[in-house]
Amino acid sequence: MTVIVGLEIHCQLDTATKLFCGCSTDYRDDPPNSHVCPVCLGLPGSLPKVNKKAVEYALKVAKALNCEVPEESEFSRKNYFYPDLDKGYQITQYDKPLAVCGYLDIEGDEGEKRVRITRVHMEEDPGRLVHKGGADRPKYTLVDYNRAGIPLIEIVTEPDLRSPKEARRFLNKLRATLEYLGVFDSEKEGSLRVDANISLAGSERVEVKNITSYKGVEKALTFEVTRQKNAIRRGQKIVRETRHFVEARGVTTSSRSKEMEQDYRYFPEPDLRPLRVRDWAEEIEIPELPDSRKQRFIDDYGLSPTHAATLTGDWQIAEFYDSLPADLKVSTATATWVADTLLGELNYRDMSIRGVPLDHFKELLIIRQSGDITEKAAVEVLRSLLDQIRESGTCELPRQCIGRLGLFAIAATEEGADDPVTAAAREAIAENPQAVADFGTGKKEALNFLVGQVMRKTRGCAKPGDVNRVLTRLLSGDE
Amino acid sequence: MPGRTISFHPDDRYAAFLRTIPEAPCGDGRLAAVPVAVKDNISTAGIETTCASRILEGYVPPYDATVVERLKKAGAAIVGKTNMDEFGMGTTTENSAFWPTKNPVDPSRVPGGSSGGSAAAVAAGLVPLALGTDTGGSIRCPAAFCGIVGLKPTYGRVSRYGLIAYANSLEQIGPMARTVADVNLLMEVIAGHDPRDSTSRDCPYHHAPDPEIRGVRIGVPEEFFGEGVDPRVASVVWDAISLLERKGAEVITCRMPSMAYALAAYYVTCTSEASSNLARFDGVRYGPPADTKKPWHEAFQERRREGFGEEVRRRIMLGTFALSSGYYGKYYAKAQAARNNVRADFERLFREVDVLAGPTMPTVAFRFGEKSDPLSMYLSDILTVPANLAGVPAISVPCGKVEGLPVGLQVMGRWMEDERVVDVAYAFEQGGSA
Amino acid sequence: MITERDTEHIGQLADIAIHREELALFTSRFNEILEYFDILDTVEAVKEEEERSYNILREDEVVPSLSQEEALANTTGPEEGFFRAPRVM
Repeated sequence: MTVIVGLEIHCQLDTATKLFCGCSTDYRDDPPNSHVCPVCLGLPGSLPKVNKKAVEYALKVAKALNCEVPEESEFSRKNYFYPDLDKGYQITQYDKPLAVCGYLDIEGDEGEKRVRITRVHMEEDPGRLVHKGGADRPKYTLVDYNRAGIPLIEIVTEPDLRSPKEARRFLNKLRATLEYLGVFDSEKEGSLRVDANISLAGSERVEVKNITSYKGVEKALTFEVTRQKNAIRRGQKIVRETRHFVEARGVTTSSRSKEMEQDYRYFPEPDLRPLRVRDWAEEIEIPELPDSRKQRFIDDYGLSPTHAATLTGDWQIAEFYDSLPADLKVSTATATWVADTLLGELNYRDMSIRGVPLDHFKELLIIRQSGDITEKAAVEVLRSLLDQIRESGTCELPRQCIGRLGLFAIAATEEGADDPVTAAAREAIAENPQAVADFGTGKKEALNFLVGQVMRKTRGCAKPGDVNRVLTRLLSGDE
Repeated sequence: MPGRTISFHPDDRYAAFLRTIPEAPCGDGRLAAVPVAVKDNISTAGIETTCASRILEGYVPPYDATVVERLKKAGAAIVGKTNMDEFGMGTTTENSAFWPTKNPVDPSRVPGGSSGGSAAAVAAGLVPLALGTDTGGSIRCPAAFCGIVGLKPTYGRVSRYGLIAYANSLEQIGPMARTVADVNLLMEVIAGHDPRDSTSRDCPYHHAPDPEIRGVRIGVPEEFFGEGVDPRVASVVWDAISLLERKGAEVITCRMPSMAYALAAYYVTCTSEASSNLARFDGVRYGPPADTKKPWHEAFQERRREGFGEEVRRRIMLGTFALSSGYYGKYYAKAQAARNNVRADFERLFREVDVLAGPTMPTVAFRFGEKSDPLSMYLSDILTVPANLAGVPAISVPCGKVEGLPVGLQVMGRWMEDERVVDVAYAFEQGGSA
Repeated sequence: MITERDTEHIGQLADIAIHREELALFTSRFNEILEYFDILDTVEAVKEEEERSYNILREDEVVPSLSQEEALANTTGPEEGFFRAPRVM
């Protein structure tokens, strides 16, 4: 059964002020209703005024998504009554959106895939509601308008996605694109919200609302696919409805209340003037985007397509990689270290690349490259630094950490008898006569075993090459 | 000069004010210590502002409308908030949720509306200057009925920031006074660009009224003397136009076919916008609170039923209907097309004439309760709404009386030519023949 | 012609409660007014409006907000800095 998915994505634009007033958007750690003014409180007589930067950001998005910008666009009022709407209507765009007919290429289930973008438009975020008296039996509602008026863009795709995984990939690519543009901060709580339309070929379409995370999209859609398939298998008909995703339980639930076909009574917002921004859109410059950066990493640094894709899939990581010294960037080992080790360790800790001091990790990479620490020790240092950040938000300098843990590489002197590597090798030989004997009969594994013993004794600080050389020398009776 | 005030204890026998400020702060400037009355749909920081509606009882704005800021900067004393039809929805001020205002010329009659309180306050001599607002005639109608001067400026010439919206695309704040010169003075103070209002235009108003009218071409649309216009009113207005002609103006009769549907276009547009504008009065952020023991929609519906008067509810419902799916095309969209045609009519006429003139109102002031059904009340706005639909300036200046009741001469001008309508009104006011 | 049921429906859509006893009068008034509006059916658009201004924008510069106290000054019974509204679920 073919799965058909279309997405409507709301992203907060990362401007300094709200869409229609000068209130700061930096409200997340502040008390309720402390970032409000007559405009975003909907006080009688106040008037909206469009934030130029928000339009510029939205145009960047439109351009990055290969959209057409119509000659004229305008704002409309979407009328509905809800306490999170300070004016009793939301200022949005309706029949004249900012941009239409775009696309975004993603890695699909069956190779490269073009996902069509229906439209991109701007609108204001409503306020935030807190239900008092428990979710099951709310007594009343508390309202905070700090979020009211934050600029949003809504991006609507055609129903081109064919699996929950593709939907997730699309979102990841979209996020990367928005972050490359510098218009969106995915780390901010609630900065992204997704509604998904999903149907199985030949069945009715179901809308899933209230998805607020990247992982949530795949989870919600996977749940829906299973639910719908099971229902069809049991001979039930899928009804056209709106369902809500309950993130905590990973399920979607029917909105039950028979949602009357809403009549939003859109009409042009009489307090605002239309936009004519096609020329502006043409002039606007957008930075290098994930696809071209990926190609550059392949061409200039000789990275594999897989590594290049991983390293450019997140703007911050791509910037980090680009900032490394030239000789490091062209090394597969560096790419592996960043793409697999660093990202793997971050992922393991559920940490983000943001909020970690990337300069430290650059230095660690340089130290590792210089041979002052071994690969194994570098990983240990990385883990220690990440744990420190997770605990306290900050960490030592890499060299401090290496020193504290005693992880600087131990060098074996050429012929000396006193260096720690040689000492450890002697010990290992003395403790393992059987292995020594096996080595004598030509068993190569015996040498590997002894190398392991020496590494253990030196806590991984000996360079594997040194250990090999010293052991071979000792065992072949050069002394 | 902090602490300067003027005392204001008027004999408000016509109930023009909803509230007065007994010791009103004032300052220096062109209007130093001049008492000014402000219609109650214009926000005044620290002074209750209700739009004469129960739903805003107790609401004290934390900010001043731009026009109020400008008044204060000019030294004026805001001495009170004047009565009006609730949210500006009416032609008589009878729709105030609090009390009706009487016409100082004849207290058995309405002062007109919706800026009836401002007109009565000026006509009764309680203040020399007042601010009104005009969505479909709400400055000009009471000016005509009370025998004073009122100007509806070009749309965009005076900031709407702080004006509690009834129909955003139509309304303007404007000056009301006993003389054209005073209207001109108040206009100079309140007009000008306001970056907070996206529909505000950068076109300041600095003008000395000029009574010279020779060579001015005055168009007189036949439709302004059509069915429903009291012949006695028509006669007084024709006399006024003749006076202007004798003073050297050229009078040209003309036609304005879009008048056939201008009123319908106006009422569809203003009720549509109002249905949306008035949705914010939910009792959450201001105004009498909604009952939080009830579920949202029930509480909200009740709040609105109790808080809005009948005419307001009627207009909200009409507008809701006009915008609703299935009817948008028949009503709202058609009204916008009609509105464009009205604009086009004005543009065409203004290629041949400099101003248009006619009566402000089809009749003199009504008796209280005379217009009991809404449609006949709406019909009395027929002569004032075209200027709002087109966004052009229009002034009403007293031009005579019918059985002791004032009649207003309306002069409409080209977009942004407020100065010219003021001049024509001034020329008439100066009287005599050249 | 609209019926009393239509009036009730519009009342629902507008979220305005109408007393039962008002329904008949509201409906007959509506019909008079809507009949008058029918004149709009005769309108033929002559031309599109020429917009006189576009792109009225402001710079992305922070302007001080109201204090929480000012924001809540006109409401009844705020709670911990929040406005209180009826329940929505």
